[in-house]
Amino acid sequence: MAFDAQAERNFKVVGTRVLRPDGIDKVTGKAAYGADISAPGMLHGRILRSPHAHARIVSIDVSEAEKLPGVKAVVTGADLAQPEDDAFSDVAINCLARDKALYDGHAVAAVAATSKSIAKQAIRLIKVDYEVLPHVTDVDEAMKPDAPVVQEGRALETVPAGMSQNVTTHCQFGHGDLEAGFAKADKIIERSFKTAATHQGYIEPQACMASLGNDGRGEVWCCTQGQYMVRANCAAALGVEESQLRITASEIGGGFGGKTSTFIEPVALALSRKAGKPVKIVMTRDEVLKATGPTISSSMDIKIGMTKDGRITAGQGVLRYSGGAYPNATVEMGAQAAFAAYNLEAVETIGWNAMTNRPKEIPYRAPGAPTAIYAVESVVDELCQELGLDPLDVRLMNAADKGTLSSYGPTFNEIGLVATLEAAKAHPHYTAPLGPNQGRGLSCGFWFNFGGNTCVSLNINDDGTVGVVEGNPDIGGSRASISMMAAEEMGVPYEKVRTVIADTSSLGFNDITDGSRVTFAVGLATIQAARAAIKEMCRRVAKIWDIDEDAVIWEDGCAKPAGPNAGTHPPMTLAEIAAIAGKTGGPIAGHHEVNADGAGVSFGVHLCDTEVDPETGAVKILRYTVFQDAGKAVHPDYVEGQMQGGAVQGIGWALNEEYIYGEDGRLQNAGFLDYRVPVASDLPEIETVILEIPNPGHPYGVRGVGETPIVPPLAAIANAVSRAAGVRMTELPMSPPRLLKAITG
Amino acid sequence: MVRVKLWGSLRALADGEEWVEVEASNFKELLDALSEKYPGLAPQIKRGVSLALDGVIYREAWFTKIGPENEVVLMPYMVGG
Repeated sequence: MAFDAQAERNFKVVGTRVLRPDGIDKVTGKAAYGADISAPGMLHGRILRSPHAHARIVSIDVSEAEKLPGVKAVVTGADLAQPEDDAFSDVAINCLARDKALYDGHAVAAVAATSKSIAKQAIRLIKVDYEVLPHVTDVDEAMKPDAPVVQEGRALETVPAGMSQNVTTHCQFGHGDLEAGFAKADKIIERSFKTAATHQGYIEPQACMASLGNDGRGEVWCCTQGQYMVRANCAAALGVEESQLRITASEIGGGFGGKTSTFIEPVALALSRKAGKPVKIVMTRDEVLKATGPTISSSMDIKIGMTKDGRITAGQGVLRYSGGAYPNATVEMGAQAAFAAYNLEAVETIGWNAMTNRPKEIPYRAPGAPTAIYAVESVVDELCQELGLDPLDVRLMNAADKGTLSSYGPTFNEIGLVATLEAAKAHPHYTAPLGPNQGRGLSCGFWFNFGGNTCVSLNINDDGTVGVVEGNPDIGGSRASISMMAAEEMGVPYEKVRTVIADTSSLGFNDITDGSRVTFAVGLATIQAARAAIKEMCRRVAKIWDIDEDAVIWEDGCAKPAGPNAGTHPPMTLAEIAAIAGKTGGPIAGHHEVNADGAGVSFGVHLCDTEVDPETGAVKILRYTVFQDAGKAVHPDYVEGQMQGGAVQGIGWALNEEYIYGEDGRLQNAGFLDYRVPVASDLPEIETVILEIPNPGHPYGVRGVGETPIVPPLAAIANAVSRAAGVRMTELPMSPPRLLKAITG
Repeated sequence: MVRVKLWGSLRALADGEEWVEVEASNFKELLDALSEKYPGLAPQIKRGVSLALDGVIYREAWFTKIGPENEVVLMPYMVGG
């Protein structure tokens, strides 16, 4: 659906900062999150998890647990189906292990009891006989031919023979003659980088309440980024039909990609089916960190050549990612994104994924891109330092633009990178003075964005208000932005529109809330649904006025005669048309179903100033500015919130957050005391500059904004810290001990 | 005929070619033709691929029209967070 080609569209609602519809509920505690849902007779579920990084499950004896008064059901992996599809099978096995525990914290059994304390007591009575196996948690170690094998037979056909069975994915992207490109360079830098796995760090742990009868009919209430995904995973894991499962998404306390899979819902359903009662499971923070998805850990080699005047002659990268104990495609995204910001004659990125005894990776905003771009942007910055060049000018000189053959294959159309870089250069932040032990870093960032499967229903209520029903949990303000686009199109005030999130039985299929897709794709479908309702209203009015349908137009929330030849009928408002809908043919609604494409790629530039304490290695973020092309910012507050939130998560990723494993393969910091996320006192005000370069694939020019902001911070901060400390940092996080060691040699 | 660009790691499964030509007028025909001409590509196509048409990425959309004048690039199936 193409951009509405209008010379200058004067938006009335879109682009304003209306009150958020969920604000009062959230600040007064009225909003119902996953753990807030209860039911009569409800049982409490609890999950027993493996204490071993890698172990064969010889036997599980649940008899003592079952005898404990108050215990109503105990389940193991044998109570779940074995889906043929690999993706469904991996989810089911991750919910409850079958033959092997694949990581510390892998679920092996679960109980449902009449109280939380009985459930906790009961899981201690389950006897699991483990045969402990050798483990591997480091990606480089996992790729060695003699490494312990996490799973057998999972390599794709693109993986060359003779490698460790842990290697599941191999990919390669690029073009041009690398040898010739490097030969043209005046300076070549090669560096190796490592990044730790980090967690999405959402505040609300996974929680659900589930009910499933022996007739196969069930209900689930849960916090998720996709109720239809939950339905599909549960149906496959329980062996029931999707039509018999109704999934309702609760209010959600953060997702960032981490709630795009299921961990507890199939377990709660299996317990409920056995017990004959609803079962509620709420994960602890320890469980969230141990057993829900962190992002990948990585090891990378980057080589870039540059001329004395700053022209990049060639870029080459090898990415080794591990997404834990299961295959995944994240490295493909990272390998495509690595050099996307540059117009290069010769570029190549090779990617590998290797399984390790870590929890199953789940996407984290722009999965795969932040780490790859961190490595590339670090080497570009070091080249600028070595050659005495301005890092922003170098990026402008080499920036991808319309007509650039991208590093991942296609030729770019209109993109906003140059405008974003120019905005950064013109901003006072870029030339502000720095003091001792201070450094400034910058980085470009890129994400693909996409649309996806979307259904929207838009109902004209009889009092002249509008109801929008959509199927994507609101993790970033989508109810506001969807209402705004509906109001804009219908010509009614924002306050006259309410958008709600449907359960799976009330609306057709929707993809999960991911890929920065919702404001783009659901917005697009909402505009189309509104246009369908408007068309119907114009048709009704044409009948009333006894003129042709084409002779009625819609303006400012009213049906009007198209011109003098259509007569002198006074305009009919939406409310007037709605009030007599029953007399003119019945209820009026519009709906639209689409697999939306044309989301348009997105670029951002981040500027960061840091101060390094040379005695402790501690880093203070002094100033941070985010520049991003949002297409059209529907609700600027939310867009700025996405930009600020990405920067803050990136600060945590760059400076402190990491999964730390002991020699025994067990996670040592499964709690927020030891897994340190940034808090408000760590942060300056994150400044934002929104650029609005219309996306030609959306009627209002909207572009997704949710993922790009997590991409540049790692490199922007690493570059700032490296310049402040006088030593190039090549491993994340740059925690005080690591930085101090680098400074002191 | 439509020219399709393959990403690097697929080229070994298509006689080492970066660009391959098949008879197709839309994405579905293109994917069917690729699978038939280069059976080694079939598992990847079955798992899922995206296609870029003149720079615009499509995750699925079988019936999107394509012709010899278009730049068509095969890409991995997009995932996001």
